[in-house]
Amino acid sequence: MDPNNLKYTKDHEWINIDGDYAIVGITNFAQKELGDIVFVEIESLNQEINSGEVFGSVEAVKTVSDLFMPITGKIVEINEKVIDNPELVNSDPYGEGWMIKIKILDLNEVESLLDLKSYEEISE
Amino acid sequence: MSLLIFIFAENMKIKKLINEENHIELGAKMVPFAGYNMPIWYSSISEEHNFVRNEVGIFDVSHMGEFIVKGKEAKKFLQKVTSNDLDKITEGKIQYSSILNKSGGIIDDLLIYNLGNEKYMLVVNASNKSKDLEWLKKHNNLQVTIEDASDNYSLFAIQGPKSVDVVNDIFNKDFSNLKYYNFIKFEDKNFESILISSTGYTGSKGFEIYVKNNFAENLWKQSIKLGERYGIQPIGLGARDTLRLEMGFCLHGNDIDETINPIEAGLGWICKNNFEYIGKNIIDKNRENNPSKTLIGFEIKEKGIARKGYKILNKNEVVIGNVTSGTISPYSMKSIGMGYVNFDENKISNSIYIEVRNKKIKAVICKRPFI
Repeated sequence: MDPNNLKYTKDHEWINIDGDYAIVGITNFAQKELGDIVFVEIESLNQEINSGEVFGSVEAVKTVSDLFMPITGKIVEINEKVIDNPELVNSDPYGEGWMIKIKILDLNEVESLLDLKSYEEISE
Repeated sequence: MSLLIFIFAENMKIKKLINEENHIELGAKMVPFAGYNMPIWYSSISEEHNFVRNEVGIFDVSHMGEFIVKGKEAKKFLQKVTSNDLDKITEGKIQYSSILNKSGGIIDDLLIYNLGNEKYMLVVNASNKSKDLEWLKKHNNLQVTIEDASDNYSLFAIQGPKSVDVVNDIFNKDFSNLKYYNFIKFEDKNFESILISSTGYTGSKGFEIYVKNNFAENLWKQSIKLGERYGIQPIGLGARDTLRLEMGFCLHGNDIDETINPIEAGLGWICKNNFEYIGKNIIDKNRENNPSKTLIGFEIKEKGIARKGYKILNKNEVVIGNVTSGTISPYSMKSIGMGYVNFDENKISNSIYIEVRNKKIKAVICKRPFI
C-alpha cells in the first residue's frame, strides 16, 4: 500500500478507506519505535468500537502498547496471519502487517484523520 | 497505538558518551537513560541478544559509575559500608556486593575491584552514582579518599563465546587464562592504561574494558574493526536487559531497591557474618526468621508478557506479590519474569497466575537462570 494514499491518527495507526470499509494497521514509525513485535492480540471481531477506543494490543520485547480505532466502526475481519506471525508488522507494516478490516459506521469522522504530511510532522 | 516507550527514561541533563556519534552512525536508536543518551538497540533486541549468546557483541556501558576508594583504612571503611567480605578478594580480584541502608535495603549493588596498595575501584549503577557517593562520603569518618572517576573513563563490554579472540587481538595479548571475576591492569602502547576484567552482565563469557576517555573512541573503533573477522556486532541496552534477565540477574530499580533487602532478593551470599556493616542486624534477622517476601522466577505458559508492576496470584487467585521484570527470551522464546511473592508461596513448579492487563494468565514458578 502506498503511504501517500492512507490516512493517519496521532496514535500512529494508518487507515486505508475503500467505500464503507477500511483496513487498519500501525505505521512504520510505530513499528520502529516498538522494536521486535512478539504478540498481536485482537479479540474484538464483530464488535462495534468508537473512534479512539482500544481494539487490541501489541507486545514488543521491550514494551506493550494499545491499539486504538482510528474511526468508529465494526470489526469484520482480523488478519490471522499477523496473529500467527507478529513479526510481519515489523517487516511489512503497510502490507502483510495490516491488522483489521472494519465497516465504517460514521463516514463524517474521516475528516478528522491526518494526511501523510500532517502525520509526518508529528512523527518525525 | 500509544507509545509508552522506555519507562526508564528520565528528565535529567543529558551527558554525551564519547562515542555517541559512532553509535548513531552504526544505526543506533538512542534514548535518554540515567543522564546519558544511550544506544537501546542497533538492529533489533532479539538479533542482538542471540548474537551475544552465539557469537560476540560489544556494548558501550560508559554510563556506569567508577569510584576510587583509597587510604590506609580503605578496606576497613568498605567492610563497614558494603555487605560482602573484602577479605575474600586479594589484589586482582573482583567481588559482587551491595551498599545497604540501616534497614538493610539495597541502596545499590556494585562490583568492587581490589587494585592493591590499599586502593579499590567501586563500579556502581549509573542511576545511583550521586546518591551512592553522598552516602559513602557521609559514612566516611576514617582517613579514606573517595574519588568519583566516572567522567574520566569509558567502559566497553565485549561479551559472547568469541569474546576472548577479540580482546586478544585488540591488545595482542592472551586473556584466555584470565579467570572469572579477576582483572589485570597494564599499559598498552595504543590505549595507555587499560583495566580488563573477566566480568559482564550477560551470563555469556565476556570481558569488560576500562579505558581513559581520550582513547575511548580509538578503542571502540579498533574493537569493531578487529572484531569484524569474528563477526562482532554492537549491542544496545535493550539486549543487555533481556540477557541479564534470562540469567536471573537482578536489576537495581526493578528487582532490587532501597525497600528490599538482599535476603529477600536471594542475595544472602553477598552478606557476610564475620564483620559488622550497615544493615547487618536486619540481614541477620531475615536470615534467621525467613523474610516476609522472596524473589522468584516464573515462566508464563500462555500468550503474554509480564511487565513490572503486574500482580502475581496463587492458584486460588489470591494476590501474593508483584512482577519486577519480564520479557520474552529471544533465545528460548519463553515468556519469563521475576517478582516477589509471600515467602511461603515460593515453591518451584507451583502454578501461579500473572494478571496481564485485566486477564489472569497461567504461569509456573521455576528455577533461575531461565536457560
